[in-house]
Amino acid sequence: MSAVAAENEHTHDHDDHGPAKGIMRWIVTTNHKDIGTMYLIFALIMFFVGGTMALIIRAELFEPGMQFVDPQFFNSMTTMHALVMVFGAVMPAFVGFANWMIPMMIGAPDMALPRMNNMSFWMLVAGILLIASTLFMEGGAPAAGWTFYPPLVLQTGNALPFAVFAVHLLGISSIMGAINIIATILNMRAPKMTLMKMPLFVWTWLITAFLLIAIMPVFAGAVTMLLTDRFFDTSFFDAAGGGDPVLYQHIFWFFGHPEVYVMILPTFGLASTIIPVFARKPLFGYSSMVYATGAIAFLSFIVWAHHMFTVGMPISGELYFMYATMLIAIPTGVKVFNWTATMWKGAMTFETPMLFAIAFVVLFTMGGFTGLMMAIAPVDFQYHDTYFIVAHFHYTLVPASVFILMAGGYFWLPKWVGNMYDEKLARLHFWLSAISVNILFFPQHFLGLAGMPRRIPDYAVQFSDWNMISSIGAFIFGFSQLMFVYIVIKTVRGKDCEKATDEVWEDAHKHGLEWTLPSPVPYHTFATPPEKIPTEHL
Amino acid sequence: MSTNNEYYIPHQATWPIIGVVGLMTLLAGFANYLNGSSIGAGMMVLGLLIFVVMLAGWFTLQSIESEAGMYNHGVGISYRMGMMWFIFSEIMFFAVFFGALWYTRNLSVPWLGDEVTGSTLWPSFEATWPTNGPGHVGGEFEPMGAFGLPFINTLLLLSSGVTCTWAHHGLLAKKRNQLIKGLVATVSLGFLFVILQAIEYHEAYTEMGLTLGSGVYGSTFFMLTGFHGLHVCIGAIILTVILFRSWKGHFTPENHFAFEGAAWYWHFVDVVWLGLFIFVYLV
Repeated sequence: MSAVAAENEHTHDHDDHGPAKGIMRWIVTTNHKDIGTMYLIFALIMFFVGGTMALIIRAELFEPGMQFVDPQFFNSMTTMHALVMVFGAVMPAFVGFANWMIPMMIGAPDMALPRMNNMSFWMLVAGILLIASTLFMEGGAPAAGWTFYPPLVLQTGNALPFAVFAVHLLGISSIMGAINIIATILNMRAPKMTLMKMPLFVWTWLITAFLLIAIMPVFAGAVTMLLTDRFFDTSFFDAAGGGDPVLYQHIFWFFGHPEVYVMILPTFGLASTIIPVFARKPLFGYSSMVYATGAIAFLSFIVWAHHMFTVGMPISGELYFMYATMLIAIPTGVKVFNWTATMWKGAMTFETPMLFAIAFVVLFTMGGFTGLMMAIAPVDFQYHDTYFIVAHFHYTLVPASVFILMAGGYFWLPKWVGNMYDEKLARLHFWLSAISVNILFFPQHFLGLAGMPRRIPDYAVQFSDWNMISSIGAFIFGFSQLMFVYIVIKTVRGKDCEKATDEVWEDAHKHGLEWTLPSPVPYHTFATPPEKIPTEHL
Repeated sequence: MSTNNEYYIPHQATWPIIGVVGLMTLLAGFANYLNGSSIGAGMMVLGLLIFVVMLAGWFTLQSIESEAGMYNHGVGISYRMGMMWFIFSEIMFFAVFFGALWYTRNLSVPWLGDEVTGSTLWPSFEATWPTNGPGHVGGEFEPMGAFGLPFINTLLLLSSGVTCTWAHHGLLAKKRNQLIKGLVATVSLGFLFVILQAIEYHEAYTEMGLTLGSGVYGSTFFMLTGFHGLHVCIGAIILTVILFRSWKGHFTPENHFAFEGAAWYWHFVDVVWLGLFIFVYLV
């Protein structure tokens, strides 16, 4: 015992570096918890920035006719909403959770490369600043869609080079973050934390990080060619010089399809981490979950052209990409059945994280099914570029990724700050979100099937009713999210809040190393690797 | 060798934010420059300056810490993983341009000249490679042959790979002299490569009519070889730093990640060149 105490004293001696004072704490920090916090706060701010853009879109679409904004600005809003939400909100939020949780989940003292960790956060801020600055430029922000298809995007005004360089900075940020995550997971695990004992959130992030390193340079290359086509006389995407605009689409979607899985795989991982705790059962089919994640990641690289069925591909291409895409339903189905089986006959309770997680399973499955519909090439010819696709990917991103991010916030916040959140308010937040998100996106299926194109500021009168309903849902959803901010601030300040116990959730310590630490978590954790590894999640 | 068994966690780092500010200034300046703004060039210079200072400062700090024995085996593994995955990301970056070349040569150019599109729109266009497209963008040009400077450059880079490995063997066998000689040879061959490529570019622009604007052939040729040349420069600069550190007596057979990382990078640049020589110059 005394030897252990001496050992602790020793390690304490080395790690007794508190944070720097004032604002410098955040600028120069190398602590994974500080950096995780910065990522999460930044993501939350961007969630509201992107959300405001979405509400501008929905306000314009509330009625047919031109109401508030001119078409060019409307298109800027659809473009910037997507860029901000993808690169500023969802991805950074998951990186924030990764920073906070991966070292704690695998029993590591910090991330493997702490200085680079700091740099990847600030590089993200720089990238978002660069892209946001285009809103105030001559010619406006990019308005050709987040996919930046040439030749349209080459007509962008002064914003184009800024957008291209923003993509470069965001790419560098993501690659550095991903390298850090891989090195942490492969090199920093506690001795007894073997790969097949890792929590699913860690597993999915390992695979996601691999995807990021593989695809971000591809996007960087694609936008570099846009830049040279516009400013340096190259002809990559210009048929007159022997190039082909469709080449850009192939390169973009080689990046773009894995990119959407970058946003969904950590979602899967977080759901797989949350559901067993509240079902009070081990995760059903742990190893099949790992293999399914790997399979989805592999498939994501060989299905890209299903985004461009109407571009005029050879029939063999259409068929190949159609069948390959359908294969994704198999590992995804494995996951959905595993989550359901985990809950089956579990002693379930329905705290807010669990409510969000269950809503995720149901609503993501719907988003998955509409994806399957569009995987069928001849059918997709009707759906392509309609509101049906808008409904589809919003179902996989909002009630899936965003809901799970909320679930993760409620799940871990008490552990981080040592106070319980207001369960009543949080449930109200959940029900408002879950109902309004369906009012918001479900009607868009009907609009798409009826033929309403996406990315238009005005529409034929027959689309009026569902657009109005969708817009009402959008405003309820958007304003309900302010509740989350209120609940988080209240929990952090801790006034009138219950203190959180060390395990926070009943028997959570059986499910993961993070619940064996005190609440609130000390600034440095696991200076010496833990002896025991919980295995209830297996 | 490390005297510390703990994984080294640095506390508070100022170089990363300086690097971010530098890179952001550089890129924002470049964007302004492209838009024709007068402040662009100045911003670029300032940003580049900050960025270079950051690189020098951060790497100096790393080498001081390394020589002080603060990096144990575990830290070394993290650095190696970092370098490996960084090189993987670079491979993917080059894959985009190789992919573009493949797509253009095998799909889009033949489509432009086939009996459907070509005969309708551009009956006189022959879908052969090299091409500057049906619009003859950039005017008449002569394609770059493989067996002149490019072949000499291939020999140079391949030999530099050998000298680099020879230097590594010297380091492992504690033959400091061999290490330094090997590195001097590698760096010299690297910079010689860059000089020859500059001559090649000069010939292309002044005598062959081949420019970045020579249709899709010029685009793929200069973007692929240009990005590669940039990487050779970066690799040669890294190796120069390693050379100076070797002179100062840094590195032991057990602890020399910086050398290894630089060598991996150099071999990567080497392999990309082989791909270029085959697919851009030969085939």
